[in-house]
Amino acid sequence: MSTDTPKEQGAMKSGPVRMADADFAADRRQNDMAGALRDYWAQVRSGDLGAIPAILGIVALVALFTALRPETFLTDRNIANLFTQALPVTILAMGLVFVLLLGEIDLSAGVTSGVCAAVMAKLIVDSGQPWYVAVLGAVVTGIVIGTAIGWLVAVIRIPSFVVTLALFLGLQGITLRLVGEGGTVPVRDDVIVALANKNMPVALGWALAAACAAGYAAVQLWRWRQQHSRGLSVKPLQMVVARVAVVAAALLGGTLLLSQDRAPSPLITLAGIPWGVLLVGVLLIACTFVLGRTPYGRHVYAVGGNAEAARRAGVNVTRIRISVFMIASTLAAIAGIVAASRLNSVTPSSGAGNDLLYAVGAAVIGGTSLFGGRGKARDAVLGGLVIAIIDNGLGLLGTKAYLNFLITGSVLLLAASIDALARRRRSSAGR
Amino acid sequence: MTPVLDLRGIDKSFGSVQVLHDVDFVAYPGEVTALVGDNGAGKTTLVKCIGGVHDLDRGEFYFDGVPVRPRSPRDANALGIEIVHQDLALCENLDIVENMFLGRERTRGLSLDYSTMEEEATRVLSNLSVRTIGSVRRPVAALSGGQRQTVAIARAVLWDSRLVVLDEPAAALGVAQTQQVLELVRRLADKGLAVVLISHNMNDVFAVSDRIAALYLGRMAAQVRTSDITHREVVELITAGRSGKLGLRA
Ligand SMILES: Nc1ncnc2c1ncn2[C@@H]1O[C@H](COP(=O)(O)OP(=O)(O)OP(=O)(O)O)[C@@H](O)[C@H]1O
Ligand SMILES: [Mg+2]
Repeated sequence: MSTDTPKEQGAMKSGPVRMADADFAADRRQNDMAGALRDYWAQVRSGDLGAIPAILGIVALVALFTALRPETFLTDRNIANLFTQALPVTILAMGLVFVLLLGEIDLSAGVTSGVCAAVMAKLIVDSGQPWYVAVLGAVVTGIVIGTAIGWLVAVIRIPSFVVTLALFLGLQGITLRLVGEGGTVPVRDDVIVALANKNMPVALGWALAAACAAGYAAVQLWRWRQQHSRGLSVKPLQMVVARVAVVAAALLGGTLLLSQDRAPSPLITLAGIPWGVLLVGVLLIACTFVLGRTPYGRHVYAVGGNAEAARRAGVNVTRIRISVFMIASTLAAIAGIVAASRLNSVTPSSGAGNDLLYAVGAAVIGGTSLFGGRGKARDAVLGGLVIAIIDNGLGLLGTKAYLNFLITGSVLLLAASIDALARRRRSSAGR
Repeated sequence: MTPVLDLRGIDKSFGSVQVLHDVDFVAYPGEVTALVGDNGAGKTTLVKCIGGVHDLDRGEFYFDGVPVRPRSPRDANALGIEIVHQDLALCENLDIVENMFLGRERTRGLSLDYSTMEEEATRVLSNLSVRTIGSVRRPVAALSGGQRQTVAIARAVLWDSRLVVLDEPAAALGVAQTQQVLELVRRLADKGLAVVLISHNMNDVFAVSDRIAALYLGRMAAQVRTSDITHREVVELITAGRSGKLGLRA
């Protein structure tokens, strides 16, 4: 502030108003690598952990299970299995991220997936509908359930955990009614079954992975150039390149793993990315775009951060609240379809087991806060992998069922503790 | 001169508690109107009625001479009313730019136009001479009270508005920053906007305002030109509701 000469109070009204020089423009953050790393470290220390716990968890768990089951865990077949195992929970978790961003919860997401899967199966088996009609029926069912939850939470203002706890019970009744007590509806439609059980051609997998990596690089670099040329605050180019490299390596590495022949007998070949993984990839890109780059996404974060402030800024808070439950239930419907594809059937207990707990755990492990306002779509993918590794590893170890419950419950508690402690840390660091 | 804002006979109750009684209030273009009153007099309540945060119970609301009734903040924004709330109303998890454009984001196609928003935000903040904010992409949670106040003010002046209401904007500000806010208030009025400033600091009020409106226990005690009233009279209006022949009848 270079021109700050104190003025006489009375003179101000008539005299020309002088504004102090803008030191703001020069007051930018350092754009070099060291500065950026320092910022990142400060951010982590203040409790903003991002993807770190999930990535550490993946590394540690893979090491642990490889050590315990060296001959079965890291085989190509088991890895492919692990990916398909992660699909339903990941998709469910991606929907829950939206709900958690508002600091709400949807305890009925798991059974919603069961109801929707039952609707789909009944449409195929009983009414002989083609798969796309059945899928549409399931998705519409999800939207209807989500609208009902959203309306009860946002308009009537019942706490979401009560509404969805009630639906958790009620919807199980509907699945039971649809499927019949002790019954099973088989799912044999080729397209539905292929979703979790068939792989795309190896060449197509490589082409898609390469296209995604190139697309990601192009978007990131274009954005960097855009900001740089307009003189806006930018991350250092090295940082952008590093991020692109990590994402590309993950994409191509995953494709390499899934392109190995994992057939149990040398007579046939079994290789390629499962179609369900592609589905998760598409959903991830869509949700990331919606949350990160659209006004709607900003409004979701805003309502989660401070609903009254959002309302005063002109955001329609009620509509945002209803919409996140609709998205969660729609994604739950898709998760239910994938789960039905994986198991080739729908039973009265579809979606009523651990799925919801796993999905909440996945979102929280991935870095989404239970307190609202923080979280990303990718959290569901990272956390979903962690959960699938635990589930898969424990299966290989042949642990007793009671231990499985204890361990999974502990993992969820651990993730929630990290979230709560990080939040305390943030508020004491003023973030 | 038609007032930008002309309120007549405003009543507002919360449940059984009536907070505003038959309040008249005017704000003219090109003028700063100071709204004063003791704690709990109803200043913030009146401001929230103007901004569509509360719906008023009774009374007439004229904007540029046209009868209107903003029922939501969005309605008020659409009319050209911008409010800096006493409790700031920022989202801590969003960054400065996102907060400034919240509810009115710039888009290109389906996608947010971050670059344009950042440029405009930076320009406005530079004019406010904000210091030590660092990057405009910092989350608001990492800002000090005064810096948050500046962001809230910057958000209000970002838009082409007709009426800007600032509810105790200088409450958390240091000496130099307060001076800057007062300069800004004056500048907005000189641009032809109607500005309403709420403050407990009589020096600030007399330095910057053209008119003073004093609320006393939810009633408008008086609204007069600043040049027609003395410091002591304003204090009496605030504390007793009357001063000489001004103010409420006993
Ligand atoms: N939402 C509400 N519900 C009930 N009473 C309220 C509400 N908001 C304000 N009041 C009451 O209305 C009266 C006026 O409050 P208001 O916030 O308008 O005062 P103010 O003049 O802004 O005071 P201050 O100078 O302390 O900011 C107070 O008695 C307060 O208790
Ligand atoms: Mg107040």
